[in-house]
Amino acid sequence: MAVAETKNLTTLQVKRFKPSDNPTNTYLTDEKGLWAWMTTVDHKKIGLMYLGAVAFFFALAGFLALALRTELWTPAKTFIEADTYNQLFTLHGAMMVFFVLVPSIPAALGNFVLPMQLGAKDVAFPRLNLASFYIYVFGAIFTFISLANNGFDTGWTFYTPYSSDANSAGVIWVTLGVFILGFSSILTGTNFITTIHKLRAPGITWGRLPLNIWALYATSIIQVLATPVLAITILLLSMENIMDIGIFDPALGGDPVLYQHFFWFYSHPAVYIMIVPGFGIISEVITTFSKKHIFGYWAIALSSLAIAFIGFLVWGHHMFTSGQSSVATTVFSFLTFLVGIPTGIKILNWVATLYKGSIDMKTPMLYVFVFLFLFTIGGFTGITLGALSVDIHLHDTYYVVAHFHYVMMGGTLMALLAGLHYWWPKMTGKMYNETLGRISAVLIFIGFNTTFLPQFVMGAQGMPRRYYNYIDQFTIFHQTSTIGSYILGVAFLIILYNLMKSLINGEKAPANPWNSRGLEWQATSPPDFHNFDHTPVIIHGPYDYHQPMEEFQLGLAVSHNGHGDHHEVTTDETEKA
Amino acid sequence: MGRLFDFMLPDNQSPLTADSTDGLFHFITEVSFILLVGITIALIYFAIKYKRKSEDDETPLITHNNTLEISWSVIPLLITLVIFGWGYSGWLNLRSVPDDAYEIHVNAFKWNWGFNYSNGAQTLNELHVPKGRPVKLVMQSRDVLHSFFVPDFRVKHDVLPNRYTYVWFQAEEAGEAQIFCTEYCGTSHSNMLAKVIIHEPDEFETWLETNGGGVSGSPVEQGEQLVSLQGCKTCHSLDGTKIIGPSFKGLFGKQETLSDGSTVTVDENYIRESILNPGAKVVQGYDNVMTPYEGRVSDDEISNIIEYLKTLK
Ligand code: HEC
Ligand code: HEM
Ligand SMILES: [Cu+2]
Ligand SMILES: [Cu+2]
Repeated sequence: MAVAETKNLTTLQVKRFKPSDNPTNTYLTDEKGLWAWMTTVDHKKIGLMYLGAVAFFFALAGFLALALRTELWTPAKTFIEADTYNQLFTLHGAMMVFFVLVPSIPAALGNFVLPMQLGAKDVAFPRLNLASFYIYVFGAIFTFISLANNGFDTGWTFYTPYSSDANSAGVIWVTLGVFILGFSSILTGTNFITTIHKLRAPGITWGRLPLNIWALYATSIIQVLATPVLAITILLLSMENIMDIGIFDPALGGDPVLYQHFFWFYSHPAVYIMIVPGFGIISEVITTFSKKHIFGYWAIALSSLAIAFIGFLVWGHHMFTSGQSSVATTVFSFLTFLVGIPTGIKILNWVATLYKGSIDMKTPMLYVFVFLFLFTIGGFTGITLGALSVDIHLHDTYYVVAHFHYVMMGGTLMALLAGLHYWWPKMTGKMYNETLGRISAVLIFIGFNTTFLPQFVMGAQGMPRRYYNYIDQFTIFHQTSTIGSYILGVAFLIILYNLMKSLINGEKAPANPWNSRGLEWQATSPPDFHNFDHTPVIIHGPYDYHQPMEEFQLGLAVSHNGHGDHHEVTTDETEKA
Repeated sequence: MGRLFDFMLPDNQSPLTADSTDGLFHFITEVSFILLVGITIALIYFAIKYKRKSEDDETPLITHNNTLEISWSVIPLLITLVIFGWGYSGWLNLRSVPDDAYEIHVNAFKWNWGFNYSNGAQTLNELHVPKGRPVKLVMQSRDVLHSFFVPDFRVKHDVLPNRYTYVWFQAEEAGEAQIFCTEYCGTSHSNMLAKVIIHEPDEFETWLETNGGGVSGSPVEQGEQLVSLQGCKTCHSLDGTKIIGPSFKGLFGKQETLSDGSTVTVDENYIRESILNPGAKVVQGYDNVMTPYEGRVSDDEISNIIEYLKTLK
């Protein structure tokens, strides 16, 4: 039992609450029907709606990826025209980035678990949370309008002056869509920051914050600070396209390099919006399945913040060949290496966490291992690209394509899959089939490497990206890559099948199937409408696997109907139920 | 010397620009490979060694270790500083053109590379250079962004419409090297290819002399050569097939429907306007992607092109 520290502490009456394994009333049974879902302000339902939307866009963009890979089976035309190919890779990239990765972890999984990990009933602004979701949907609709207006083939980067061509109706619609989407991102970020500051249950000090929360906190800061710049960029671009005001287009007296600065000022930090939340999930899963305290809590927590801040200062590494000034190029290269360090630190801390653990290779943990391997490759090849002379050779080749797929898919998406399988029982109250889960993870690993490893080689040999046609010497690499992508496709179908099947006839999930010390596992599966039927009280950190489980099952004996002030907790007077 | 990742890089035909890049590429890739193997072995070893025996397994409380934490921050930092310095010096070299470099002007436009030499010679999609002498390319785009990339030389730079940019290299073997466009520029971006033809020095001089005079012959002959040299054939066929733009076959004198539904007869004035300012009248069914030739072709050249087009019945 922890001994109370002195100094004006409020003494709380604490009681033990063991979550029931057979809840009768859950957030899923509480409100029913389409209308109830559409108007809900429950963070869990909103999280699920985001998850559904993200999965939909992922399936769509993934399907396009398969079409792209199929087209690349042979040089020149395999089955679609060059213009179609160009539109498809643009759509694939834009959807994967803006509609899938940016909202995926924070808005879908984050929305679900953030309040629970804080012991709160909901986020700070539940209505705003629902508004973010609709803004997201609204932004997405604009993209479809754009498709009906000639579409767009500029690449997801919308570089000028190509994007300010005469045929710019499609570009205007989609960029406005992205503009609107940005608000959703900003609102979610603001909501999370407020929630983390204000709604922590008694006992959750900054030092006991789950690393997932630290990661979401860092992400939210980037979202709030960087997204407005994207909005400004897009507004300027639209002003140029619609009103012919020269800003970026040299024909009107503008400067295309200026556009690139604006664009990457958002889009580099956006890369961290996509990956940092993934880091949070890895910390949660790796501790749970190795039953061990995280190694280097503060190193991991603070490195997320370090990445968030330094990440703002490296955008120019996308522009080493663009004609930006030499001084800028030098400084950006230097800073790029600095931002690599905190990322490396995290990987080593995770590996060290496994040391002397009790490792259970369940599906989520397998995905973490896949993540660690793939993301490490993504990180190292990022160092290669940060080196000035080498980047000159590799820029805009398939080496870059491979690099960012290793980071975004091998990193973020693997983390997302780990988190999805980890929290699935909590979200749905159902267990998926473990064997199928493991098979899918292994298949993804194989498929992924078959798809993207050859791209490093052909990229280094000179194969440029965004190429519909290619010279014969690259055929073998492209074909291997295409075969790999089909394996990936099959793996995703297995995941879908496994998860859907669990909904229909999956085993019932207990409250805490993984014996995690995380607070969210102290709610029932699925949780009650208000998450906990008491205000949780925390006396240990979320990774204190050396402490007995009973000490994690505490709540206020007298409900204060809300979460009120943050007290230091003394457990001297704990009543055991 | 054979190196582990040699298979990844293409030929090195310009050691002065490529050697530093290659050295650094190998260094980073090899160090990364070693570290990756280390991490992977640790992962697999831990997974096996510390496999869960029972649900009641107890694990030790290890929260952090400052020595470890500091060493795995500082050592990588030092390694990356070395990489930074190395990359920086290699890049300085790429940006510092030797004084005696031979200068060639490059104009990039959808989807061709035009090269202009000191004596007035012009080539399209073939860059002729002497062996063993530094060559500087001064580059400009006539429409959107392009990027000039020769993998075998390890040089690349964006080509912009509103300022000159440059690259340099020194090819050391007679032969050919591939040029790619690496900045997305629309439909035929992936066909915007060209070749570097590397000549022995004296052979290069001869080549320059024989090609220095520009186009020659009767107006129709000159027009024919111009249509090749100016890249018109990338988008216009001579045999009636529709590529990016309408075919030149039977063009002169025909009734053309424009995107606003009106019709025009293709005569001298229309062709002249179509060449100088193609956006003014856009043919129905086609996109407005033709790069304006304003300032690129002279009045005489336009007349010759027109004379040639008249012959394509
Ligand atoms: C990037 C591709 C491209 C290149 C290179 C190009 N054109 Fe065009 N051209 C087009 C397209 C597309 C059209 C139809 C749309 C329009 O009218 O602008 C066109 C239209 C024309 C027309 C009008 C044709 C008609 O049917 O009314 C003429 C004449 C013409 N081009 C001449 C030339 C000449 C001469 C050159 C070389 C000096 C050239 N073009 C180079 C793409 C190109
Ligand atoms: C999380 C998953 C993924 C993300 C975030 C992602 C992201 C991207 C992005 C940003 C681009 C660049 C588009 C552009 O240059 O404008 C791209 C291109 C591409 N991606 Fe993906 N992608 C993902 C998954 C996949 C998968 C699974 C495949 C293969 C099956 C794939 C195949 C491709 C192809 C073929 C291209 C085009 C490359 C080119 O022509 O330059 N992607 N992707
Ligand atoms: Cu970046
Ligand atoms: Cu191009």
